Amino acid sequence: MSASTNTEPMLSADGKPLKQSLARALRRQKIRALLLIAPLLIFIFIAFILPIISMLFRSVENDIVATTLPQTVAALETWDSSTGELPDEAVYAAFASDIQKAAKAKVHTKVGLRLNYEQSGIASLFKKTARKAKKWDMETDGPFKEKLIDVHKGWGKIETWQTLKVHSSNYTSGYFLNAIDMRKTADGPEFQPENKQILLTLFGRTLIMSLIITGSCLLFGYPVAWLLANLPMRQANLLMILVLLPFWTSLLVRTSAWKVMLQQQGVINDVLVNLGLVSDGARLVMINNEIGTIVAMTHILLPFMILPMYSVMQTIPPSYVRAAKSLGATNTTAFWRVYFPQSVPGIGAGSILVFILAIGYYITPEIVGGTKGVFISNRIAYHILRSLNWGLAAALGTILLVAVLILYWTYDKIVGIDNVKLGG
Amino acid sequence: MAALTVISRKPLSFVLSVTALLGALLGVLMGMSMGNAPLGLIAGAAITAAVAYIATSAIPEERTARYGLSAAALIAGLYFFGLVGALSGVLWGWFLGWFIFWLYEGGYRARLHPYLTPGQVLWYFTFRIICGLIFAFLIIPIIVVMPLSFNAQDFFTFTPEMLRFDPAGYSLKHYNDFFTNNEWQRSFKNSLIIAPIATLVSVSLGTLAAIGLSQSHVPFKRAIMAILISPMIVPLIISATGMFFFYAGMGKFLEHQIGLDKNLVGYMKVVLAHAILGIPFVIITVTATLVGFDNSLTRAAANMGANPVTTFFRVQMPLILPGVISGGLFAFITSFDEVVVIMFVGSASQKTLPWQMFTGLREQISPTILAVATILVALSILLLTTLELLRRRSEKLRGMTPA
Amino acid sequence: MKSTKTILTGAALSLVAGSAFAGSHMASEMTIVSWGGAYSKSQLNAYHNPYSEMTGVTILNDDSSSTAVAKLRAMNEAGNITWDVVDVEAAPAMQLCDEGLAMVIDPDTMLAAAPDGTPASEDFGDMLVSECFIPQIVYSTTFGYRTDLVGDTAPTSVCDVFDTAAYPGKRSLFSVPINTMEWALLCDGVAKSDIYDTLETEEGQDRALAKLDTIKDDVIWVSAGSDTPQLLADGEVIMGATYNGRLFSLIEEQKQPVAMIWDGQVMDLDGWIIPAGLSPERQARALDYIMFATDTQRLADQAKWISYGPARKSSAPLVGKHADLGIDMAPHMPTAPENLSRAFLMNYDFWADYRDDLDAKFQAWLAK
Repeated sequence: MSASTNTEPMLSADGKPLKQSLARALRRQKIRALLLIAPLLIFIFIAFILPIISMLFRSVENDIVATTLPQTVAALETWDSSTGELPDEAVYAAFASDIQKAAKAKVHTKVGLRLNYEQSGIASLFKKTARKAKKWDMETDGPFKEKLIDVHKGWGKIETWQTLKVHSSNYTSGYFLNAIDMRKTADGPEFQPENKQILLTLFGRTLIMSLIITGSCLLFGYPVAWLLANLPMRQANLLMILVLLPFWTSLLVRTSAWKVMLQQQGVINDVLVNLGLVSDGARLVMINNEIGTIVAMTHILLPFMILPMYSVMQTIPPSYVRAAKSLGATNTTAFWRVYFPQSVPGIGAGSILVFILAIGYYITPEIVGGTKGVFISNRIAYHILRSLNWGLAAALGTILLVAVLILYWTYDKIVGIDNVKLGG
Repeated sequence: MAALTVISRKPLSFVLSVTALLGALLGVLMGMSMGNAPLGLIAGAAITAAVAYIATSAIPEERTARYGLSAAALIAGLYFFGLVGALSGVLWGWFLGWFIFWLYEGGYRARLHPYLTPGQVLWYFTFRIICGLIFAFLIIPIIVVMPLSFNAQDFFTFTPEMLRFDPAGYSLKHYNDFFTNNEWQRSFKNSLIIAPIATLVSVSLGTLAAIGLSQSHVPFKRAIMAILISPMIVPLIISATGMFFFYAGMGKFLEHQIGLDKNLVGYMKVVLAHAILGIPFVIITVTATLVGFDNSLTRAAANMGANPVTTFFRVQMPLILPGVISGGLFAFITSFDEVVVIMFVGSASQKTLPWQMFTGLREQISPTILAVATILVALSILLLTTLELLRRRSEKLRGMTPA
Repeated sequence: MKSTKTILTGAALSLVAGSAFAGSHMASEMTIVSWGGAYSKSQLNAYHNPYSEMTGVTILNDDSSSTAVAKLRAMNEAGNITWDVVDVEAAPAMQLCDEGLAMVIDPDTMLAAAPDGTPASEDFGDMLVSECFIPQIVYSTTFGYRTDLVGDTAPTSVCDVFDTAAYPGKRSLFSVPINTMEWALLCDGVAKSDIYDTLETEEGQDRALAKLDTIKDDVIWVSAGSDTPQLLADGEVIMGATYNGRLFSLIEEQKQPVAMIWDGQVMDLDGWIIPAGLSPERQARALDYIMFATDTQRLADQAKWISYGPARKSSAPLVGKHADLGIDMAPHMPTAPENLSRAFLMNYDFWADYRDDLDAKFQAWLAK
């Protein structure tokens, strides 16, 4: 700006400099927008984001050993676990006093269960020891080394003390290592024995099967969305009912419907046998395996693919394709070079939606997946509901969530999340 | 699309070869079920071609041919396969009669552009058949399980009695169970209480936020958007456990510190949890409708002296209503069909229909869940029809003509 | 604008209706957690209805027993226990007790004595496997088979499940190591008394899995109690493992062509626990309910609706006929002497130690 124009600032109607009042208007607009968003944002943040974060935080939290057995943990610090020698009497005495206190407070089994995830047998070791230790007199009953080994030979094993020492820190990487089929040992992280490795397989399977499901939804959804977008409105809405009806029908019902359809004595096999396409002795196995999960989940998630694609395709003017054709493009060229690129946002929105939903599914795989068609979520549910290993469940969940977030971020960079549309 | 093409008769060779192809397809299937596919193929092709030849050359009128063929197929079906054969015979005869003349008179081209090549016409119909198959994939499983809700036995099995259409194989006892069993009634009632309120919460908060988000200068828009749609991204089982702890704490506070009724608190917890799950859908649909919203309309309203609230309800709301309703329906169904979170956050007095269905499926075998599904499908057809009527009305309001 | 108003009015109405509905059950109500389905129905008939009639207490059913330990632990952590009485199997009950999540019960003061005056501790006897657990029924996990699909010689031994030559066709097993690995070892020639010692060793575990390898392709692995009955009814499997009560219902109530094998069946207990940390008033009510629901007559009554054996010795002679079918129930009890003779007892301590480890190995084996 030159000096001459700068001397006389432009004024708005109320006599204030225009720049200032524009800035104020903009600020006010921003505040108004934020005020509109704020209630929901605060609500979601408090009632969803924080609880989820605190849940996931369990994947590194490990203060149970240190709080329940404080003296033992302190005493073990000076013990070198690599020498191959048992810790000395001081450690045993500290442990005896800790376990007695824990037994009186009824918290000993929790530590036992926690360490049992790392080494089988510790649960009952703690239980037995605590029962005896309740009656000991800390002043007179020493020395405790022989006494403890007497109660259970587990206390004479170096592995027990190694496990205790390795898992005594307040925060641990142990659950994350477990989540990728490794474990924390005295000599650093190492892989689980081969006959216990399953989680990496499940992660891989979840990823591949979700991709297959997304792919088949895309394959089936694209033509249908195209048809719906290009038919006259009234016919399209009629056909839309066929898409929405399954969508409204309970997930559990649809899953059991596929059970009825796919099993060996099921509807499809019966029809095939009656037509003579398949002999009665060689009925197809289509359920309790990957096929069952893929078919049922494709069916369940297909509407989530069709609806966003449909709403994007509705906005593509048919005149573009016509123009391309009139300029000499063949049908194929007109479709691939003109129509398809415009439908990409719909494909992106549908795919990301289906993929995200698929990757976290667990009820459908549980019912129709058998052993080969279950996902990592089934394992998360198992650890939350049955084994109560919430730390491992949280670690698995965190990994899954990070994978989804990376995907979401990539998608946002490539397509932009604003382009996601669901019907409407 | 609806360009009217002048239709003309097609050569007989074309009609005969297409019908023969159709007959061959059916013949192979029937031949296979009797153990002789090649014979079925040849016989099917020959018979249908012959029928088509007779129909087109000897019978001048379509209607006569259709009735004649149906009657003939009925008798043949009855003679060879009994009652079921007769029924499918009539349908097949009727279809064949229509199909032959549809081809012969060139009716299939009536609604296509006149300049399409035969290859394009073929693709046009192949494409529609493919789409038809996909629709069948979507709808058949649901239609197949519906008869099972009338099963006289307590299993998800088509009994021999059912397949023979023996009335003894059917009963209404699962419907009776649904309407008389306390647990089913209670859970249905709970779903009807929880889902609408949860929807209302997510729609009102979600719409407000979506309007805020669609303003032009929103700082941290992407981050905010990510947070708002995060309930859709986090795997459900994780959300369920995480929310359990939060709502248990909240419930404790409300019950003991504020002194609210235990059941009321229970409902509040479930409603809020479900509202959160529904919010991403509302945000996404409403922001999508707002993308095309013309902001000069609100300015015009303000210009004419309307306050923001009036502007919102009288100008903005009616225009974005379709998006709001569609988001609301997504939110509703999210709550109405939610199994995982409710089992954590809810307690027995808030048991919803999906929870009861889950027990019905896992702990006992009860086709009552199919009866419920059938009732709900009937209800959803009602709902969808209402929605369609609403949509047509809103179109009329906006002065649009149906495309 | 009309539609907006209608929506708002509707919402307001439903809110009011909701709170009115919520407010109406308050007076005296308790939540009892159980399994749902036929089992809950038998409890409703034998315990809940008479108790409600007698005391006016409303009983609310929560079908969460299958996830009870996880939820109780979470409730305890959150400091908000909403359950009053919980029905669980013996092993989870022991775990809850060890973790201090269940209340310690003194059988002689808190439970009813037998009609002849025998104190409860004696009447329940060995069934009192944990100090927090009040046993209710004895059940068995055993095999049922399709009489029309197994050929001329019906299976009589649990090891016939592993004999795919004599009984070709699919069989269903629970996809958990518990019971499955014991059966595998039993049928691989390990004596009943040595099974758990064998399972403690790596070699023993491999041996069990190797035995299961021989039938792996013929097994449909199931996870829910209702799966095997459905699979048997469909003819999808020729034999399958499930609870004896499910098989009874399949055979006698549903009249399916199914029979069961009383051999090598694993006996287990199911019963009540009272969560620790209830308010004194709620605890008193829960104890009052337990006192009533586990007396001799009530336990015998439950057998009218479901074929599980009462856990009290004094209840056995009182077991009568099925409420709807009029069949004598005594021979169908897992506790009937002739059924008991070839049963197998589960070792709870072993599974408390080895469940996590073996489950990981078992799932890895399944996924292979």
